[in-house]
Amino acid sequence: MEPNSEVRIRLTDGRVIEGIVMQPHLFTGHDIVVLKLKNGYNIGISKRDIAGWEVIGEVEQRRWEEAFERRTAGSGDRVSVIVTGGTILSRVDYRTGGVYPSLDPDYLFELVPELEGLASVTVVPLFSKFSEDMMPTDWTAIANAVESELDRGAVGVVVMHGTDTMHYSAAALAFALRAGPGPVVFVGAQRSSDRPSSDAYENLLGAIITARAAPFAESVVAMHGGMDDGVIAIHRGTRVRKMHTSRRDTFTAVNDVPLAHVDVEKGDLRLLTSDYRERDSRVLVRPAFSDRAALIKYYPGMPPQLLDALVEMGVRGIVLEGTGFGHVGEQLLDSLKRAIDVGVHVFMTSQTLFGRVNLRVYSRGRELLRLGVMPLEDMAPEVAYVKLAWALANYPVDRVPEVMATPLAYEISYTSRPDAFTKCG
Amino acid sequence: MKFRELGLKVGLEIHVQLNSPRKLFCHCRPELRGEEPHFKVRRRLRVSLSELGEVDPAALWELRKQRTYIYEGYNDSTCLVELDEEPPHEPDEYSLETALAVAQMFNAKIPDEVYVMRKVVVDGSNTSGFQRTMLIGVDGRAKILGYEIGVESIALEEDACRKMDEDGERVTYRLDRLGVPLVEVSTAPLEYEPHEVAEIAALVGYSIKSTGRAKRGIGTVRQDLNVSIVGGAKVEIKGVPTLSLIPRVIELEVQRQLNLLRISGELRSRGVRPDDVTDDVMDVTDIFANTTSNLIRSAIGRGASVYALKLHGFSGILGFEVQPKRRFATEIADRVRVWSGLGGILHSDELPGYGISSDEVAAVRARLGSDAFILFLGEWDVVKEAVKVAVERLRIAIIGVPEETRAANTDGTTRFMRPRPGAARMYPETDLLPIRVTGDLLERARRIASETLEAKLSRLMGMGLSRELAFQLVKSPYLDTFEELASRYPNVPPTVIGTILTSTVKRVSKEAGEVPEGLVESLISALSGGLIVKESAEELLLAAAKSGKPIDVVAREMGLTRLSYEEAKSIVKDAVSAVGSDMGKVMSYVMRKYRGRIDASDVRRALEELLKGQ
Repeated sequence: MEPNSEVRIRLTDGRVIEGIVMQPHLFTGHDIVVLKLKNGYNIGISKRDIAGWEVIGEVEQRRWEEAFERRTAGSGDRVSVIVTGGTILSRVDYRTGGVYPSLDPDYLFELVPELEGLASVTVVPLFSKFSEDMMPTDWTAIANAVESELDRGAVGVVVMHGTDTMHYSAAALAFALRAGPGPVVFVGAQRSSDRPSSDAYENLLGAIITARAAPFAESVVAMHGGMDDGVIAIHRGTRVRKMHTSRRDTFTAVNDVPLAHVDVEKGDLRLLTSDYRERDSRVLVRPAFSDRAALIKYYPGMPPQLLDALVEMGVRGIVLEGTGFGHVGEQLLDSLKRAIDVGVHVFMTSQTLFGRVNLRVYSRGRELLRLGVMPLEDMAPEVAYVKLAWALANYPVDRVPEVMATPLAYEISYTSRPDAFTKCG
Repeated sequence: MKFRELGLKVGLEIHVQLNSPRKLFCHCRPELRGEEPHFKVRRRLRVSLSELGEVDPAALWELRKQRTYIYEGYNDSTCLVELDEEPPHEPDEYSLETALAVAQMFNAKIPDEVYVMRKVVVDGSNTSGFQRTMLIGVDGRAKILGYEIGVESIALEEDACRKMDEDGERVTYRLDRLGVPLVEVSTAPLEYEPHEVAEIAALVGYSIKSTGRAKRGIGTVRQDLNVSIVGGAKVEIKGVPTLSLIPRVIELEVQRQLNLLRISGELRSRGVRPDDVTDDVMDVTDIFANTTSNLIRSAIGRGASVYALKLHGFSGILGFEVQPKRRFATEIADRVRVWSGLGGILHSDELPGYGISSDEVAAVRARLGSDAFILFLGEWDVVKEAVKVAVERLRIAIIGVPEETRAANTDGTTRFMRPRPGAARMYPETDLLPIRVTGDLLERARRIASETLEAKLSRLMGMGLSRELAFQLVKSPYLDTFEELASRYPNVPPTVIGTILTSTVKRVSKEAGEVPEGLVESLISALSGGLIVKESAEELLLAAAKSGKPIDVVAREMGLTRLSYEEAKSIVKDAVSAVGSDMGKVMSYVMRKYRGRIDASDVRRALEELLKGQ
């Protein structure tokens, strides 16, 4: 029985069942035929119970396969939407239950009618990757695509991206785009776009409003501000982290507050700070990232050989996620010294995520300082890793410590805002 | 009405909530709550209209409303799953076993793998925009009390949110009910009389309840009907509130369809064709410049205009009654209200009226050049939409009966809700894996469905219970208790035990609160031991429940212990000398004086012995 054929099955108990043969699920038993019945339900029938069958029709496959090409719809200032993955737009074929991704800008306007008159949108397919498969070379590809769209006159660029590593990519673009005429807005969805309740549409609308109208030209993340619909929070790419596996408002500012809120129903963007990088007529992109940076989280019992192995592999810099103020166990001290002695830069961040590292308070911190471990203030560990990969690719290796310590994209602040901590109870 | 000749077919959809320990797709308690909610979340739903509309006109109607939904919840009994902020958990096994047991009861084909599906529902009652549902059985059949009941499907699905409030474009729902497991049994079209359909609905409901795993109380069973007659259309009627209303709803729907067919015949004989109904509307506000109609004056005051739709050939038809107090124009008004939100329309068959003078009516007629018309009061962009649906409905009237989903009113009439949904608006729940129906699962289900309702009822009736009492017991939560007590106390007639459990206990608990099962048993035990008689059972149970004292103590205190046979004999002897030896007369004489202390069987035996001269 071939998928998409309509069949009449006679069971061994004499019953007759009609339906469309479905593509099996990854977890469908080998002895099972999956049928979609007329009432819309799928059921699995054991082949043992099938006495005979005949094909009574063929279901024409709906084709939504679209050319992987750059296309524009709408009118007004032009915003480019670079697609890197995630199914931010999808169509459902209710006859077969199939869900297909879409890159059709006209379809986007149909789903988000509020876009009408707001901007023209160019959809730019770049690649289709799961968030967890992103590599530093992909950040380079995104940076190059952003540069190209800005050069072609886009007032801002939206990047559709899976949410898991969105904050790494957003940080990467924050460092790669040194100046530009508009923001780079990362956007994704926590609820898939095939469902009527998906957050994809409002997130995208918020992203496009930001790309078109925001006064800043930074790399940011646009996702739900709360569990309510209506408000999209715009976070700095260097100050944001995915903090929940499934909630719409998973992206949380770390050691900062959001840059802006977008009321998607009114179409308003409200700035929450007056300190930002403004739009610039130049486009200046430094897209290279090194693959010789590492990020490693300390845990009680961590063997020093893990550090030795990294040095052995030839990494040029390591970001440590230490405990509390930025500590690691004494068993690592010798390995750290050896690493630093051979010229590997070692930086310290904290696994508490919130707060500032400080290597002067406790004796372990002072020992680490004396070894040459460099504390990175209130920079998030992932951001420090991305910045290190960028610094190693764009500066002479001896300048990397200085680059790391210098705020370039609001990744470091010297004042700790009392309201920049998210906690329950 | 001769329903058989009309080709009446009624499909039943019976939904029963299960008393599972958790919700179907999360671990929250399935508990409805009355206190102030802990939080509220605001959401919108979005669907591609072109795509969904193509397959589902019903969804299109719902979506047009562009509503905002407010969801109320509790931090300790609703979680991120109900909020659509977390993927579903594995389905609740208790519910799965129960649904499988129901499928077995109805001899349905059970799939070897069950797939959870997403059924798109865009009225906001599900936070996700779909209801999760799975097919547990197809093509079932059962014979209960002589009825042949075909069952098309048995599904296990999640219940929707409770609607708490509706205020224009804002609907408030409570999350507590969302996710409560429901077993849905859909019958094949039944060709029975309306009152028989009601009995079948009861039997299907009891079958599910007989698993002992159904929730009890108001709102735990919901029934929908699909009614059609030859020449009419399949009309789905949602939310028939009680079983007893079913026959009336069916009869009134048959009447409605017959009347709509009559209207269609009349229009055709007048030569009216669908194309003759056009959206030809005129602004006639000026005619009402000096109207005495408050309705029109206040509408104009709010900025509305009066628009008239001319209708050739509809005179007398708009006001034709299709159901009690529901005219053909009501059908149009219902649709207009649902689609455009326009509150009301006026039609030529009810005018003059509502303060509108005959001069004004004549002026409208003259302006339109037609006898029949409909007036719409509102602003143009709303009226435009209202006219669109009115025209659509008027055209259908010429053809016949529209397929639609209607809601039951409490008097048995129905009102329009939406067109009938297209069949295929389901797709697989991608967040869950297929469920293998293992032998172990089927075996556990079999233990729940150990006895069919049919077998259970006939066994009870075999014990001497009336059909009515047997039904009551099956419905009640006491079936197990009954069987235990009946076997433990064989000399108490099962009918007595059944009556105590179904009626006496209910009446006593109304006055004295919950009656402990142990107390009921000691009552039966006292009957069995000859300590008391059944006539005083209620009085004793009430006293014992109120005082907390044992039955025998209460019986002695109240002087309601059973008189011995020797005492009964001497009482009967006195009675015979007073009223003669007629059994009826003796019985009523004795009972009047000694009710609650003397057993009727003792009186009968004593009199018989006395007459035989023993």
